[in-house]
Amino acid sequence: MTPITPYHYLVLSAALFMLGVIGVMTRRNIIIIFMSIELMLNAVNINLAAFSQQLHNAVGQVFAIFVVAVAAAEAAIGLGIILAFYRNKETLNIDEMNILRW
Amino acid sequence: MDVIAFYIFAAIAVVASVLVVGQKNPMHSVMLLITSFGALAGLYVLLDAPFTAVTQIIIYAGAIMVLFLFVVMLLNVPREEPAPPAVSALLGPTGIRIGVILSLLLGAEIVWALSRIGLGWFPQDPAAASVSSVALIGASLFTRHAFAFEATSVLILVAMIGAVVLARREH
Repeated sequence: MTPITPYHYLVLSAALFMLGVIGVMTRRNIIIIFMSIELMLNAVNINLAAFSQQLHNAVGQVFAIFVVAVAAAEAAIGLGIILAFYRNKETLNIDEMNILRW
Repeated sequence: MDVIAFYIFAAIAVVASVLVVGQKNPMHSVMLLITSFGALAGLYVLLDAPFTAVTQIIIYAGAIMVLFLFVVMLLNVPREEPAPPAVSALLGPTGIRIGVILSLLLGAEIVWALSRIGLGWFPQDPAAASVSSVALIGASLFTRHAFAFEATSVLILVAMIGAVVLARREH
């Protein structure tokens, strides 16, 4: 078997990122859309760790930790928005989320 | 051994992610996403990044997904979404169809870019030191990236205040 190269990790990361994009674009449930965004952030993290190992530079892992911190902040704010939205509209469908349009 | 472990973890991550996107019940989605993150933590261990793996488990699977679980249980709307899953979405309303087309376009671009890179592009340096040491990460975090570290603390403070303000009930 061929050894695992960063190319394998790039392909895996691209696949996970694509799944996240498909989730954001096709789903209408706002909680699942948020989970797809988390999926995309993780796909990026895999890339950072793979190149950190390949180039023998710890900065990639430092950035992966920053990404995790930003994801945590984003999840807290996003779930707060979901709660406020549900309190006002009694639904989780983002098609109903249009009061800022026009 | 590493090769087998990579394929097992990668397969778990991809399958769980597909199911996350295709699931009707958000509760099942959260559980599958935790599975996916666990598999990704295994990949970090394979990538010689044990600290990132533990961070992934503690912060993602531990903190963020528990927050998601709380919100899903708090709202208690198990299956209200009538929209079709990704496979039959091509037959759905125009917005979803455009979404599918844009996603496939991005997928084609990524495949094209990866095929352009090729396998021999990455520099190989097996003699260099391993990056798995936490001391190395800490030194980099607190010297060269100290400003970004402090800025992150401000970001988390802002997120904390914002979450409290957003979740508070108006009187």
